[in-house]
Amino acid sequence: MNFVYEKLMGGKQGLLGFVLLAALILVIMPMFFDIFRLNLIGKYLTYAFAAVSLVLLWGYGGILSLGQGVFFGLGGYGMAMFLKLEASSPENTKIQSTPGIPDFMDWNQITELPWFWVPFESFTLTIIAILTLPALFAYIIGKAMFTRRVGGVYFAIITQVIAVILTILIVGQQGFTGGINGITDLRTLNGWDITSDSAKYFFYFLNAGLLLTVIVISRFILTSKFGSLLLAMRDKEDRVRFSGYDVAHFKIFIFSFAAMISAIGGAMFTLQVGFMSPSFVGIVPSIEMVIFAAVGGRISLIGAVYGTLMINAGKTAFSESFPELWLFLMGGLFISVVMFFPNGLAGLWNDYAPRVFPFLKEKAKTKDVPPVVTDETGKGTV
Amino acid sequence: MKYFRTKIKGLMALPAAILLSTSCFAATPSTADINTTGLAITDDTVTVGILHSLTGTMAISETGAQEAEKLAISQINEMGGILGRKIEIVQEDGASDWPTFAEKSRKLLVRDKVAAVFGAWTSASRKAVLPVFEKENGLLYYPTFYEGLEQSKNVIYTGQEATQQILDGLNWVAKEKKAKTFYLIGSDYIWPRTSMKIARKHIENVLGGKVVGEEYKPLGDTQFGSVINKIRLKKPDVIYAAVVGGSNVAWFKQLKAAGITAKKQTLLTISVTEDEVLGIGGENLEGFYSIMKYFQSQDNENNKAFVKAFKEMWGEDSVIGDVTQAAYLGPWLWKAAVEKAGSFDVDKVVKASEEGEIELKTAPEGYVKLHPNHHLWSVARVGEWKKDGQATVVYESGLIEPNPFPEGYQ
Repeated sequence: MNFVYEKLMGGKQGLLGFVLLAALILVIMPMFFDIFRLNLIGKYLTYAFAAVSLVLLWGYGGILSLGQGVFFGLGGYGMAMFLKLEASSPENTKIQSTPGIPDFMDWNQITELPWFWVPFESFTLTIIAILTLPALFAYIIGKAMFTRRVGGVYFAIITQVIAVILTILIVGQQGFTGGINGITDLRTLNGWDITSDSAKYFFYFLNAGLLLTVIVISRFILTSKFGSLLLAMRDKEDRVRFSGYDVAHFKIFIFSFAAMISAIGGAMFTLQVGFMSPSFVGIVPSIEMVIFAAVGGRISLIGAVYGTLMINAGKTAFSESFPELWLFLMGGLFISVVMFFPNGLAGLWNDYAPRVFPFLKEKAKTKDVPPVVTDETGKGTV
Repeated sequence: MKYFRTKIKGLMALPAAILLSTSCFAATPSTADINTTGLAITDDTVTVGILHSLTGTMAISETGAQEAEKLAISQINEMGGILGRKIEIVQEDGASDWPTFAEKSRKLLVRDKVAAVFGAWTSASRKAVLPVFEKENGLLYYPTFYEGLEQSKNVIYTGQEATQQILDGLNWVAKEKKAKTFYLIGSDYIWPRTSMKIARKHIENVLGGKVVGEEYKPLGDTQFGSVINKIRLKKPDVIYAAVVGGSNVAWFKQLKAAGITAKKQTLLTISVTEDEVLGIGGENLEGFYSIMKYFQSQDNENNKAFVKAFKEMWGEDSVIGDVTQAAYLGPWLWKAAVEKAGSFDVDKVVKASEEGEIELKTAPEGYVKLHPNHHLWSVARVGEWKKDGQATVVYESGLIEPNPFPEGYQ
């Protein structure tokens, strides 16, 4: 019990935050929104996976990845490939010159399924691929970068370059990837209509459940010894190295783990939105993900979710109400968050939660709230 | 607020409707009869959606299209609307982002219950919204010339599909310029690739010519030096180009800088309209040819009236390209189909459209007719660009039947 309380929830304040979030996305939102809005929120919550991964990577590890969209995209493409193959049964594609392959391959004079598409005919292999391939890719990048002690700005630039390369690759190899259109027109999952309302409800709750699970696992990592090391590496990498730790391996691990989380988000995105395109792989979405994490408060797993929800809800609301002005309003939102709440939404929570819920304050003083992690300004919890 | 307003309007219309019916005028059909599927239609309004990019890289291209659609809708309203109902617009921004297009189209159909949507520009955005329209049974009027290989029950394509644009232009250049060798260059995505595939088959199998080079550049690329060197080496009779968007500016400027001008080289493009010329500069393009179905300079009464009305609404400096004109046709084609069907129900409007008798005699491009395959019969025109950014039409085909799945060109 103590393990669950301290390690998984992060003490009283963390537990309260977690319960509030769970209540919001599992109970309140489904109660008050119809399926159209709920599906939109589900889409936002898939970005939250990437934002949470950036909290681990950037907020705690100090490794700024401007290419998190790459992993989000790889996960999304994995799922999209499976769904596309299911949608391209010989009956559905009999007007093509080669029936049974995805339509875009047929348009590009490809006459048989490329070898790397074949594993995606199996749902099990697809899930395995979504969980492992992006992590493996991150492992290779991490191995190449961190063992050579490439870090900081250089690492950020390299991840960004990878995002560009992958986008160009996907767009250029359109016979194999669907090009700039992406992989579209996905309708069923093992014969189940994913565009139906019941499927949308199911995916929404699955997605919300997965997100909460990911937060719990991430919290466990952060409250463990590894979490303390991560933080130590962020603040004084050399000291950790001189203490005899192999810094590179920790970095590789957290980078791969962050990639896996993002990929899950991407796969859930494809399921809920019904297509995948290279516009999620490039620089813009990758930077947007960093903004979600920053608005949420960079070092707060739960804050990242709220940051993602707030930015995307703002985007939707502003663009629906002021289609010609909305980008300015978004700009205003970013500037005001950074100006007035430099620690993001989580900073607000930490400042005001103890005042609103007095029991937090008293208990926090009394006993060891385990590793309360402080950032430079001395605020913040895990 | 919007809901409230329409409610009020509905109430205000009540006495008027009673007045009309008592004085034995032909009353407008009742809402229950013309709307059995719960679309946003009141006794005197009908709501439609406009979904184009107002922001992002595509905004420059899509602005003209949404302006033309608004012009058509305001003209229809001035004439009394459709089935006695004025058209109201809900506009959404696709933001040059394909998932946003999907999100907004779902919003328009599910939330706003619009009777029709005029929108999308790139193939990618159309592909993104297509499943939404099919699932929610919406109706989309899509204005851009495109690669074909598609025919959805829920889409009316008011631009030309690939064969309508390509074949006649190639025939013309082979005959007029005695062209035998062709160099194909395009941006790297589905539309240029499909278009080039059709062009190559036509050049090799029908014209007996030869393709001496085929090259694709990433979207937004601005480095054409190596292509231009290859072109110099191969000395093709014709450069056949489908470079799109901002790349065009670099492409034509670098051609000119390399001394490849219309005096020495024939160049035929399928991707440059008056809108693009505005960015490229007429002087960089003078003497080159575009194949389109519409040019702003077309000399007929319909077009003069259209250009005048467009400039009155959107400013003296605005130019009108092929897609802008095709977008203008959307609301008119919808009006004709709704009136023929006597209903706003999507299924009935589609059925009326498929009977092949929807025609517009007032289209700026000339006479157009809707084919049962959801595309328009259209004319291919070759325009020669002038310094002032306008084109002189040097060739006009007859009406070409749309054929989105061309046999022998796959």
